[in-house]
Order: sequence, then structure tokens, then C-alpha cells
Amino acid sequence: MTLKTILLGACSALALAGMASAETLTIATVNNGDMIRMQGLTSEFTAANPDIQVEWVTLEENVLRERVTTDIATKGGQYDVMTIGTYEVPIWAKQNWLLPLDNLGADYDAADIIPAISGGLTVDGKLYAAPFYGESSFIMYRKDLMEKAGLTMPDAPTWDFVADAARKMTDRATGVNGICLRGKAGWGENMAFLTAMSNSFGARWFDENWKPQFDQPEWKNTLDFYVNLMKDAGPVGASSNGFNENLALFQQGKCGMWIDATVAASFVSNPKDSTVADKVSYALAPDTGLGKRGNWLWAWSLAVPAGTQKAEAAQKFVSWATSKAYLELVASKEGWANVPPGTRSSLYANPEYQKAAPFAKMTLDSINAADPTKPTVKPVPYVGVQFVAIPEFQGLGTTVGQLFSAALAGQMSVDDALKQAQDASTATMTEGGYIK
Amino acid sequence: MATRQTQTLARLMMAPSVVLLFIWMIVPLIVTLWFSFQQYNPLNPMRDGFVGFANYALFYSNPAFLSSIINTLLIVGSVLLITVIGGILLSLLLDQPIFGQGIVRILVISPFFVMPPVAALVWKNMIMHPSYGVFADIARFLGVQPVDWFAQYPLFSVIIIVAWQWLPFATLILLTALQSLDREQMEAAEMDGANFLARFWHLTLPHMSRAITVVILIQTIFLLAVYAEILVTTNGGPGYASTNLPFLVYQKASLEFKIGQASAGGIIAVILANIVAFFAMRAVGKNLDR
Repeated sequence: MTLKTILLGACSALALAGMASAETLTIATVNNGDMIRMQGLTSEFTAANPDIQVEWVTLEENVLRERVTTDIATKGGQYDVMTIGTYEVPIWAKQNWLLPLDNLGADYDAADIIPAISGGLTVDGKLYAAPFYGESSFIMYRKDLMEKAGLTMPDAPTWDFVADAARKMTDRATGVNGICLRGKAGWGENMAFLTAMSNSFGARWFDENWKPQFDQPEWKNTLDFYVNLMKDAGPVGASSNGFNENLALFQQGKCGMWIDATVAASFVSNPKDSTVADKVSYALAPDTGLGKRGNWLWAWSLAVPAGTQKAEAAQKFVSWATSKAYLELVASKEGWANVPPGTRSSLYANPEYQKAAPFAKMTLDSINAADPTKPTVKPVPYVGVQFVAIPEFQGLGTTVGQLFSAALAGQMSVDDALKQAQDASTATMTEGGYIK
Repeated sequence: MATRQTQTLARLMMAPSVVLLFIWMIVPLIVTLWFSFQQYNPLNPMRDGFVGFANYALFYSNPAFLSSIINTLLIVGSVLLITVIGGILLSLLLDQPIFGQGIVRILVISPFFVMPPVAALVWKNMIMHPSYGVFADIARFLGVQPVDWFAQYPLFSVIIIVAWQWLPFATLILLTALQSLDREQMEAAEMDGANFLARFWHLTLPHMSRAITVVILIQTIFLLAVYAEILVTTNGGPGYASTNLPFLVYQKASLEFKIGQASAGGIIAVILANIVAFFAMRAVGKNLDR
């Protein structure tokens, strides 16, 4: 055995010993582009924290939700960091399932987080999840088609203007639909859009005593308006279109307007993926003059489950991934247009970002126009703009989503859909002990 | 002839696997049964405990329940009808001495090797999609409005996809049966003046009856549990138009986290499967005794 091999052996033995003392964090996340990018940058984190190893579990949204919910509710302890949304945070924090993030480091600028976003992640004054990216919704539209229809899109249009423009832009012969909206059933699909839309029509899920409100005229107005608009100006098969389907339609030039998540802006304006990249412009989600716009608020956030043995390391990771320095890291590697949007005020004050992302101002205005604590015109007992932050909502939202999807497909009348939605909500709320 | 000793020995040697299989089946069944009497929603652990038959009552009173039972039976019935009749016709065709027989047979059988979610994705996005699908292209070529299959005929679309996947299985089994048919008997019947239809009715079909029974029994088991095709294409909708029992159970368990109700649904599905199996065995299983 030569000296060289002995030295090599000794080195590897030391390295192994070092590995053994390192903590391994298991992080569950969703397979969205921004998270995949974060995974690719893991080595930057481990280089700065050699005593921490990172293992990724990357899943599609529904599967992720199923896994992390099961894990946290059964105290499985599989994950040390979880990616969850603004829906879960208030519910889980109340159950004491999450650790408050009070150890994010001295240079973590928590005050820089956009207030609307941190409001949705704070319970009793404590931050329970750090936002990785945030979004609202707004109108993406084709300037050329708008011009052809002889109209000018205002920055803050009304629903009547949008409907009128959609009908004028529609040209079925050339495959252009005036407007593409979500129709696929699901609490996070069509109900995210329809709940946000209903807010601007003055509707609400429940009154202050948790009594379901689908028998009220505001919901009837919302659903009638939506179904008629989609019948006249929407794409065929709208009842099975969710975010991804509409994104593809818009990118291929088949939609005049699309009201959806602000994160979509970077996809529709990217010439690599979008055939209409140079023709897109943006406007705030529509209103009806009642003081609320039809836009939502969401943030994919990182949280630390209460059951983890590695709370300190987990908070270190959360702090790294949601810090200002992370945004700069992504910008230095991939350009400013690709940094995770919607979480920090400083990003929107950054002239370089404003230059790289023409949709920046409209995104920030949309986020600021949503208030999860006062989502609708009338008072409500719940938190959440496009959802109701109670455990029963996942099930109820999906059931109601099925009914509204059937109304859109013409399998059911609007009145029947609303009546069944009222019955289903009343049953759920009675079962859950909210109403007697 | 087995002696009493060898019979006892055989039973002893088989015992471990029988016990293992029993545990394999009985443990999950008992756990499901236990959960079906509990109120358990992991998102809301404050409300739990024994609730008697409340989960069954809730599952039963769910507006989707009745349509899910009807849809389950419609899927089983229609797919069996399509695959058995289609399988007989295809196997008769494939039994003919034609040019390129081997390649044709492989092509006919190939859908069976495609994973159900993949098959459903292909049908959804490339064939039946109202904007990009082949059917829509054909409709536009003919100058008519493309059909929005999954919104207008959701259950029919699911049935078509599932039948497409199971047709090769039926064809394969029936073709094997057909090939074991005695040629001399056929020739004798032909010389006696029996025409094609008479030969088919009195010789071919009775000869295939056992194979048809096998196809019906095996397919029934799998068709009662169709799920991936629905998840990928229609998500059970619009409304409940294409929700079957397994999909409803999935929805309760994984989307709504109502574990108690999902378990009750699972038990109902087991009971339904047994009823269907009982009638299927009574109706066609007798063929197997011969």
C-alpha cells in the first residue's frame, strides 16, 4: 500500500465521519418552475452550511397536498420543511402543527415581505410560513385583437367592458376565443377563479353566522354572467380547462383575454414558449363598481412542521430560500425576469427587475388590491380571498366546483347548480358543527 | 390417485401461503371497516370518534352516490359488450390467413401494453380534444362543429377509452380459443351444407363459450375498479356525469380527507363487487364447470 492510498483512505474516512454528523433535511415541494430552480441551487446552500444535507421530495400539487397533509396530521415526521399555500397556513397554525418562524436570522428582512402576503401567513402576530413566491390574478390580453375590435383596455376595467370586448374579439372561424377562463372542477381550479369573481359581484360563501349564501341573487348574477360569457366567447371544452390548458391556449393565440395567476405573465411573454409574446399586455382584474376586484391572493410558502427534530437547520433553509439574497442569487444566474415574484417589496422597487419584467407593477398592484381578511363587499367570518380557510373547504369547494363545471358544460342549469351548492354547503356546515 | 397422507401433506405445505393470503386481505378489510365507523378527517382532528353508521348514511345521501353506482355498472356493462362482441369479430378476422398476419396481430394487441393513464392522456389530448384532437380536425374538415367529448358525452368517452384498452385482451383470449377449434369438424359441417352463419352459431360460438366466460369474469373484476382513465380525462365531471364508485371513494379520501366516509364507500364497493361477482358466476360461471 503506497502512502498515497493510505492518505486517500484516511481522507475518505474523515469525509464519511463528517457526513455522519451532518443533518439531512427532507424538503417536500411542488413541481413548479420556481421550485425546480431552487432545487438546482441547493449546492449553494449546502456549501454555505456544510453540516446540513438536503433531500428533495418534488410532487405534483394535488399529490403534494395529500402527502404533507397526511404526514402532518398523523405526525408522521417524514418532512422537515413543507411547501404549503396560504390556505393551509392559518388552519395548521391553529392546530399547533407548525413552528413559528422566529429564528430566521438577524439579516432576514421580514418587514420587507409584502403586507398582503405576510398577512395571510401570520396567525396571532407570528409568522408561520415564509413566502417563496406570491401571486394574485389579473387580465392578460392581446393588444392586437383589442385594437382590431376598436377598443382600448383601461388599466382597471369593469366586467361589462371585459364581456363586451370578449364578444367582439371572438372569431370562431379563425379559432380565436374572446376570453379563456377556468372551468375545470376543483377548489384550487375553477373555484379559485369563481370565488374571486364572485367577490367583485358582492357575493360571499357564508354570512357572519356561517349560513351558505348560494341562494342569494349575487351568486346567481355571478354564475349567469360567467356561463353566458363563456357560451358566447369562451373556447370549446372550457369545462375541462384549468390553468395549464388555458396557458397553452393563450400561448397559441387562441384567447383574446385570459384572467388568471400573475405568475403566468412570465410564461405568456416569453418568446420561447409563446407565439403571442410581443402582443400581450396586462390590466387589473375586473370589478362591478362595488369596491372589490375579482382577483385572488396566493403564496406558495415554506413552513416547518412542529414534529421535526431538525427545527434549527430547517429554519436556516427556509431563511435562505426566501431571503433577499436568494433573489439576487437567481438574478445573477438566470436573470431578473426569473426570480420568484410577489413576496418582497424591495424587488418591486428594483429598477433592474422593473426593466426585465414589464408586468411587475400590475402584479404588485393586483397583490395589494386583495385583502384576505376582508375579501368581499359584505362582512364574512372567514379568512381567504379565493378560498375559505376552514378544513371543510377542500371538500366543499371541490363539490361546488363540480356543480359549477356542470353548469358551464350545459349539463345542469345555473339555478339547479346553485340550489345543489346551497344544499351541499348546508349539509357540510351542519356536519362540521358550524350551524345547528 | 392421491392417498390420504399425500393430501394431508399437500394441505400442510399450502397452509403458510393460504394464511399469508388471508392476512393480506383480511387486515386491510378490517382496518377499512373500523375506519368506516369513525369520524376521521386528518385536517380537523378535533372532531373524531365513533359515529355508528353515520358515514354510511352520509355516503348514501351524497348526491353523487346514486350516479356513481349507475356509472360503475354502465362502464362494466358497456365495456363488456363492446369488448366481447368486438373481440369475437376481431378474432374471427385475425384467424383468416391474411398477408402480414403477425404484424396485424401485434398492432391489434398493442393497446393492452399502454399504461392506462398514458392511454387516457393520448385520447384526451391527441384524439378527443375539441381544439387539437384528431376528431376535431375531422369535424372541421367536414365543415361541422367539433364535438366537446368530455363535456358533452363524458361517460361515453370514458367507456370508449376503457374499451379500447380491453379489446386486445378479449381478442387475444378468444383468438386462442378459436385456434383450438377442430378444422375437420368445420369441413364436415361445410360439406353437409351448413352456411357460414350456421357454422358460427352452432360450432364456433359454443366452442368459444368458455373463453368468453373467462373474458367476462376477469374483465368484470378490473372494470369495477376503473379509475385512472376518469382521473386523467374528466375528473369525474362535469358534475357527477362520469363519477364511478372508485373515483368517488378517491375523491372522499384524497381530495376531501373524509377518511371515514371514504372507508364506508370502500366497504360499499366491496359489497357491490361481491354482488356483481355472484351474479356473474351464476350466469356465466357454470360454463367453467364443464
